[in-house]
Amino acid sequence: MLEILDYLKDNVLTINLWIITIYLGFEVISKVPTVLHTPLMSGSNAISGIVIIGAIILVRQSASDDYLSLAIGGLGIILGTINVVGGHAVTNRMLEMFKKK
Amino acid sequence: MQYINLLYILSTVLLIIGLRRLSSPATAAKGNIIAACGMGLAILVAMFDPIENDQGNYALIIITLAIGSVLGLVFSKKVAMTAIPELVSLFNGFGGACAVAISIIEVYNFDAATSIGARATTYMALFIGGVAFTGSLIAYGKLSGKVNDWRSGISSYFNLIWLALCLGLIGYEVVAMGQIEYLPLIILAVSLIYGFTFVLPIGGADMPVVISLLNAFTGIAAALAGIVYDNMVMLLGGILVGSSGTILTVLMCQAMNRSLINVIVGGFGGSTASAAG
Repeated sequence: MLEILDYLKDNVLTINLWIITIYLGFEVISKVPTVLHTPLMSGSNAISGIVIIGAIILVRQSASDDYLSLAIGGLGIILGTINVVGGHAVTNRMLEMFKKK
Repeated sequence: MQYINLLYILSTVLLIIGLRRLSSPATAAKGNIIAACGMGLAILVAMFDPIENDQGNYALIIITLAIGSVLGLVFSKKVAMTAIPELVSLFNGFGGACAVAISIIEVYNFDAATSIGARATTYMALFIGGVAFTGSLIAYGKLSGKVNDWRSGISSYFNLIWLALCLGLIGYEVVAMGQIEYLPLIILAVSLIYGFTFVLPIGGADMPVVISLLNAFTGIAAALAGIVYDNMVMLLGGILVGSSGTILTVLMCQAMNRSLINVIVGGFGGSTASAAG
């Protein structure tokens, strides 16, 4: 238990950031009109692909003969990039459709 | 080069502005492009950011980035307009799978010096990412008509028990730290199964709400992975998606005149509950 409290104590800044950003996220999209629900979901889905940064760091830190890490990290980069690139591209297509209307 | 990670700040700001503009009709298209610029910048910085124990491996990174970009563009250009929601779900599943991939490797990189908090964080990233991954695949299957609705009276009890099993195993592993070699893989398996059983009983018409919720899960998994790597843009971007995705999910439920609990628990008198609400 003490170990957990110590961990929280050592990460006070992170916890503060966490709380502030939760409120920021609430506020940023709180006035979204119903027609934008799906494009916003798609756009924020692309942003959730930010997890790809972790895969890049993992590959950069893997020894060049650690094939398991490299393979899984590389797979992670491919999947994450599909999420990021595909997500933004498909959001763009959806929003273009809105313009024509 | 040593100051390059200051650019993470700029990319975080771009992500926030992008998300803000995406939520208003006049600026949405620009918002998407701003957010994409923020993501691109963050990826670029992640490649040159000075980190400990840097081994390079740039060839692999660039090749996999190229493969992923091409596949993502092909998917998004080829899809029919009506099939976009299911494609978004599939993309979200890939993001969850990416979180699973990095956390399962990090779990096996633990040593005696890894603190309980760091272990718990990594396992939660594994669990939440896993649920987002398989849950999104089921949502994709339902929207594209490949998976039929399946519901049974015990499914919500089964899910509660299974969730307790997932969290119990994670709690045991975090405290006992690596005494059983295959336990992380078992945790991975039960998490992936929970994603299936979580989404399977939910009706196909509610899938957009579920995709939004699973998108928030992927964001939370990314934020937890950001703590593991001590990376601010992952942390902030992840929480931003986690919280805005949760609110968006609630708004989507309100637009259907239902509550989120009502959607998740599924068809247990769903129509009567929505009439009462």
